[in-house]
Amino acid sequence: MTSDVLNARLIDLIGDRIEAHADELTELDQAIGDGDHGDNMRRGFRAVSAERDALANMTFGEALKKAGMTLVMKVGGASGPLYGSAFMAMGKSTEAMPESRAQAAQLLEAGIEAVKARGKSDVGAKTMLDVLVPVLKSIEAGADIADVRKAADEAVEATKPMLATKGRAAFLGERSVGHIDPGARSSALIVHAVCDALEEK
Amino acid sequence: MTDKVSIVIVSHSPEVAKGAADMVRQMVGDDIAIASCGGNSEGGLGTDVAAIMKSIEAVWSPRGVAVLVDLGGAETNSEMAIELLGPEKAKQIVICNAPVVEGAVMAATEAAGGSDLETVRQTAEDFKA
Repeated sequence: MTSDVLNARLIDLIGDRIEAHADELTELDQAIGDGDHGDNMRRGFRAVSAERDALANMTFGEALKKAGMTLVMKVGGASGPLYGSAFMAMGKSTEAMPESRAQAAQLLEAGIEAVKARGKSDVGAKTMLDVLVPVLKSIEAGADIADVRKAADEAVEATKPMLATKGRAAFLGERSVGHIDPGARSSALIVHAVCDALEEK
Repeated sequence: MTDKVSIVIVSHSPEVAKGAADMVRQMVGDDIAIASCGGNSEGGLGTDVAAIMKSIEAVWSPRGVAVLVDLGGAETNSEMAIELLGPEKAKQIVICNAPVVEGAVMAATEAAGGSDLETVRQTAEDFKA
């Protein structure tokens, strides 16, 4: 698959996953957030999909940066700058699509660092980092695609007993315990979409 | 207008942002520039990075701009907006860690007296204590 086709496939696959699970994300967010995560993610990724043809003709790095800026501008919630900064940082870290496990890990790590900086957060605070970091670790440990998917899903479940200390959920204190974090779930959806693209490759 | 610190109010709700700005104007008059900004890019509840950037620019003052925000997304989007305005302007913009309505009133009162940006921020944040 050439890079322009893969750019376009990634956009479609991520967009489809978000679209299909938007209501679920909103339900999760209604429990411990402000109930807009599904709508926000759908708005953001629809805007990215609308730029599909232009993005497909860019280098992988440029496309990531452009998509990141679109998310920042369109999402409307904290997830805009969080995902947007992650995409922009990943785009800055590489011009070409990763071709090795080490390059893929480097790319994801650049995104994770951006999320940490933007959210002033780290693992254990019941956020998207609690999926992204375990996924990075599984990639570094040599996991195959099925194992990466499993790592993402298990990490989502693992946010359930966590106490939220960031974002709207932090206001809830102990009441945030027992619910899956919506950002962790949306991160896992994107991981699955990337896995879909890799399986098609 | 621009010899004083300006105020930007960012809320998930355009009505809350506008209402808070109205309250501030009634209490401190028109001595300082105030902008309000709320809602996502489609007009629903949320915040909009581009709109926040526009609001800050609309009331830009060489003395600085104090930003008041309501919930987490408003803060994250405001931080993003400030970063996108560039490092020179960013140095003269602060987000006050204060409740949006009370903080805006306190910040505006301090700003109307001609205080510098750091003092304005401090006054808004002291409200909590």
